[in-house]
Amino acid sequence: MLEIVDLHAKIEDKEILKGLSLKINEGEVHSIMGPNGSGKSTLASILAGKEDYDITDGDILFNGESILEMAPEERAQEGIFLAFQYPIEIPGVTNSYFLREALNSIRKSKGENPLKPVEFVKIAKEKIKNLKMDESLLNRSLNEGFSGGEKKRNEILQMSILDPCMSILDETDSGLDIDALQIVANGVNSHRSPDKSFLVITHYQRLLNYIVPDFVHVLVGGKIVKSGDKSLALELESKGYSWLES
Amino acid sequence: MREELKIDNDQATKEMLEKEEYKYGFVTDVDQEIFPQGLNEEVIKQISAKKEEPKWLLDFRLNAYKKWLKMKDPDWAKLNIDKIDYNKMSYFASPKESPKSLDEIDPEILETYDKLGIPLEEQKMLEGVAVDAVFDSVSLVTTFKDKLAELGIIFCSFSEAVKEHEDIVKKYLGKVIPAGDNYFAALNAAVFTDGSFVYVPKGVRCPMELSTYFRINAENTGQFERTLIIADEGSYVSYLEGCTAPKRSESQLHAACVELLAHDDATIKYSTIQNWYPGDKNGKGGIYNFVTKRGNCVGKNSRISWTQVETGSSITWKYPSCILTGDNSVGEFYSVALTNNWQQADTGTKMIHLGKNTKSTIVSKGISAGQGQNTYRGLVKVNENAVNARNYTQCDSILIGDKCGAHTFPYIEIKNPTAQLEHEATTSKVGEDQIFYCQQRGMNEEDALSLIVNGFCKEVFKELPFEFAVEAERLLSVSLEGSVG
Ligand SMILES: Nc1ncnc2c1ncn2[C@@H]1O[C@H](COP(=O)(O)OP(=O)(O)OP(=O)(O)O)[C@@H](O)[C@H]1O
Ligand SMILES: [Mg+2]
Repeated sequence: MLEIVDLHAKIEDKEILKGLSLKINEGEVHSIMGPNGSGKSTLASILAGKEDYDITDGDILFNGESILEMAPEERAQEGIFLAFQYPIEIPGVTNSYFLREALNSIRKSKGENPLKPVEFVKIAKEKIKNLKMDESLLNRSLNEGFSGGEKKRNEILQMSILDPCMSILDETDSGLDIDALQIVANGVNSHRSPDKSFLVITHYQRLLNYIVPDFVHVLVGGKIVKSGDKSLALELESKGYSWLES
Repeated sequence: MREELKIDNDQATKEMLEKEEYKYGFVTDVDQEIFPQGLNEEVIKQISAKKEEPKWLLDFRLNAYKKWLKMKDPDWAKLNIDKIDYNKMSYFASPKESPKSLDEIDPEILETYDKLGIPLEEQKMLEGVAVDAVFDSVSLVTTFKDKLAELGIIFCSFSEAVKEHEDIVKKYLGKVIPAGDNYFAALNAAVFTDGSFVYVPKGVRCPMELSTYFRINAENTGQFERTLIIADEGSYVSYLEGCTAPKRSESQLHAACVELLAHDDATIKYSTIQNWYPGDKNGKGGIYNFVTKRGNCVGKNSRISWTQVETGSSITWKYPSCILTGDNSVGEFYSVALTNNWQQADTGTKMIHLGKNTKSTIVSKGISAGQGQNTYRGLVKVNENAVNARNYTQCDSILIGDKCGAHTFPYIEIKNPTAQLEHEATTSKVGEDQIFYCQQRGMNEEDALSLIVNGFCKEVFKELPFEFAVEAERLLSVSLEGSVG
């Protein structure tokens, strides 16, 4: 589904990704762990199409084709979703309205009819119930005044409504209480299927008890320095990262 | 598969670009009577004669004209205005056949209003909205007039009011905005042609929205309409005006006056959706919108609320104001002003607190894009006797791109120490992070921008009657197009 080939990326002349390669097949869950500032969020933003970065070398293939020239919305329409580490607030725009606009943009790109408000609200209410979120969050301004945990859950709500095939979760577990962590994990797990893939960025092994990854990668200094199965996460938990830094 | 998608997107872009055109820019081909260009006493007498006006009204005009001749156009606004040659325009334009009823209106004109989304024919009329349609210098027709008359509500063209309700017009005309109030108000008082008149009797709650739809069609003419709304004790009325004009390369002047008067316990809500032709991408053409709007809350517990959405015009000079004379009266001003390309707006309000316990609220949202310049200018004045006056002012500006400007000039004059004022002001740029977030969810940049800006304006839009709030959002999106990328 997603193949990253020897990716090099700079921002303001600072090289952040230094030859990163990664292949994610349909139905797989990959986890990326790594120290602060190692480039995890940078990778996520680049996959989503943020323009601030210079891609100096390498390529990103999605379903076999390069997406480097695609606008962020085109990538989203093709099924790439990013749950942001820091979700953005948009005052005056209700969560529900925002999501309907988003969903209808994606539907339009596929030649489907837009959903009417009532049709949309029905879907949204069902999804919000699964995530045990308060229904009133649908009618509040997007992320404005949401608690840290509410913002994170809201990202997963968006994911479950937009139904992407490639979801990138950037530290969605940070700031969640224990119950919320489980609920979010359930939300992700119920979205898992043989044609959907995940890239889960996290600092904590605990999340991976709930969302069990097929592969764990360690990103240090803009490169993947080690890959393994879920036991690698446990090893990192006990040993830290220093033994991997060269 | 992606190739196809690309094409679809191009198609979408194309459709959007087509939609972007100022969609009301067409000209109606109709036989017109237009006065020769030029302004002098003779022209004023002709206008008055054309309208078969009583002598006192002609005197009102001539007196205003004398004052105007001695006045200078205001230069304090933050606007670049090309010198206006008042002898290079005509002061009266009207379709030749003045209609007595709907059946007599030129079909071309009926079609015009259909295209504008304001059908005038009985069977097609908007539900719950009575419309007075002003085409250049004359009011063509007023819908639902009879139904309103059953409640004693008078809703008709200004010209008709002069004939049918002369006493009321004479009593109130020029009382809120005196003939010599300012340069453009004086000009209007001298040459105004038509407009709307509303009187809501004691204790009556007007059951539908009243609205006037102003259309400039003729070339090289100025539009000078005059509106007068009187809400008698305990009454309520919500009134809306909308405006459009054809695309032309020369600028045209629109200098209106609106006077509102609210008696004890009466409420007037006045909403404007101003979509005059804004000029082209290079700043050529467009309407000069120089308007004086003022309401007087003469009665106790009365309330006047102005809501304006200003997206059109090349230059806007406009300060809808409230004089809070009655004790416990309330004045409100909610404004969204958008300037894109080379548009300029200098707009705001004056809240004059005279009575005790008077309250005013000002919420102004300025949006600047392209090379647009947007100024908020507002005065809050509290007189000696205005014990316990309160004002809340909030001015927010949002900038799109880095060639536009936002300016805020709040003036305060307090002569009573019990006054309590609160002022908040923010200026922000539409965040790239916000746009990226929306794009990541599948929206294109233009849709993202319009979503964010509409959110920014929500507080003002919620003051508009529902159907018009939807229209305002649409308009804002259209006006913003071309401002990203
Ligand atoms: N706009 C920018 N200008 C300069 N440096 C930047 C910019 N954005 C990111 N960086 C730098 O790039 C590096 C990688 O940042 P990134 O956010 O990808 O780290 P991360 O792995 O997600 O860290 P964390 O675990 O703390 O979230 C950091 O050193 C950061 O300071
Ligand atoms: Mg990060």
